[in-house]
Amino acid sequence: MTSSIVSPHRRLVEAAAATGRYLWGGMGSLAGLALFLALWEATAQQLGSLILPTPREAFATLAQMLTHGSAWSDLAISARRALAGYALAVLAGSALGLAAGASITASLLSRPIVTLLIGTPPIAWLILALLWFGAGDGTPVFTVFIACFPIVFIGAMQGTRTLDDRLRAVAQAFRLPLGMRLRDVYLPHVVSYLFPGWITALGTAWKVVVMAELLSTSDGVGAALAVSRSQLDTAASMAWIVALVSALLAVEYLLLEPIKRRVEAWREFASSSES
Amino acid sequence: MAGVRIIERELNIVGLTHRYGPERVIEDIDLSIAAGEAVALVGPSGSGKTTLLGIAAGLITPWEGRVHSTFARPAMMFQEPRLLPWQRTLDNIALGLKALGHPRRERRNAAAALAQRLGLDIADLDKFPAALSGGMQSRVALARALAIAPDLLLLDEPFAALDVGLKHELHALLAAERQRSGVAVLMITHDVMEALRLADRIVVLAGKPGRIVATTEVGRDLDARDDGWLLARTAEFLRTPNLRAAFALPPLPTAERVAS
Repeated sequence: MTSSIVSPHRRLVEAAAATGRYLWGGMGSLAGLALFLALWEATAQQLGSLILPTPREAFATLAQMLTHGSAWSDLAISARRALAGYALAVLAGSALGLAAGASITASLLSRPIVTLLIGTPPIAWLILALLWFGAGDGTPVFTVFIACFPIVFIGAMQGTRTLDDRLRAVAQAFRLPLGMRLRDVYLPHVVSYLFPGWITALGTAWKVVVMAELLSTSDGVGAALAVSRSQLDTAASMAWIVALVSALLAVEYLLLEPIKRRVEAWREFASSSES
Repeated sequence: MAGVRIIERELNIVGLTHRYGPERVIEDIDLSIAAGEAVALVGPSGSGKTTLLGIAAGLITPWEGRVHSTFARPAMMFQEPRLLPWQRTLDNIALGLKALGHPRRERRNAAAALAQRLGLDIADLDKFPAALSGGMQSRVALARALAIAPDLLLLDEPFAALDVGLKHELHALLAAERQRSGVAVLMITHDVMEALRLADRIVVLAGKPGRIVATTEVGRDLDARDDGWLLARTAEFLRTPNLRAAFALPPLPTAERVAS
């Protein structure tokens, strides 16, 4: 027998095909984006640039801020805070969520707490954080953490909650050692629940950090937005919004979504071959 | 061969009773399977067959009684294929070999060779289970069980959902494997013909809680069990009063009983 059952050539072709499908699938999204820009342009022309600048004005302002202003450093500061809070939420939320899912009692106990956390608006946490942490980095980082934590926690808890007993029996019948049980049987299932939670939480982190900065700090994108608001500079405000949304879309569609597709390749087959 | 073997491989179940909460599912089961022997547990749904097999496989801890197995390498096939959905066919087949610590290249080669013997397409080996038909998935599950060269095969009605043609084919594969490797088999089924096709001994389980109500030796060589014999023997077996009672079949008209 040869070991070339799965030839590297074929894998390459499959990968290329998958990338092609992904990019082609992006055409629809691009069309939607174009439609959105057209509507924006039309509305802006009706209302005038003091109320709503046209996309071209917003992009021009953004380009100008990026080349001459402090836009990069503000974005970097916001990203640092968002990622710090997000990383804490991913670590704590995943670990505690997985643990809670492993026990029925723990998941019953934690469910109302998590509902409470999700139901509390981030702005309320922000007020508390301001009282506790003052005007430093602590306030946005904490607010991001507390907003992302329940999202990650729920995904992780569902992951262990829904582990398949039937596959567990397979693992037992074939005497899989612990490491293999975790890696081959439990982990792929858990990851398919964790990953969507992580992605949703990243979006939340990015949104919440700007809100927290707007009210609590003197630097970062949120603070810059506060400044442009006080100067009635709609073009700069729109430019910041465009920068925020673009950054989020770039991370999601260029980084997370391809990873997700790769990790969950088996799901694609599951849905496409229902015979 | 027998002189070399130090431990005689066997599975011994003595005085077994099991309950889920207050509900007893099986009671007073005594059953033993010797090396190379094939035993079929036949019984209606709800007679505790799956529980008994689970206990034999060590998946369920019995309430009462003793289960002792000296088989070194049991393998199991479940009611559904139960393949790992995130692993490709070849890795699914090689699962047990991986657990035994065989290196990747070696276990994948062994799995591919076995897959071919069981009639799987080379192209299928690189697919995820969801892309395979039900019959192919069952074949993969059989390959996964046979890959570790088991000395005891535990089968939990794995062919129940397949069409007659596929069933026939997988039965033939299993019979061939028995003759090739001498693997012992404990299978549960509600299909009397399947039991007669594959087993040396048929144990009928019935009632609530399930008890053993009859035992029959099949007493015919595996390769001599052609379709004609199988149909005749099945018809004959279905006339056995114990079996009719176990499956709650109406009693036969007297004339027919005399004619037989």
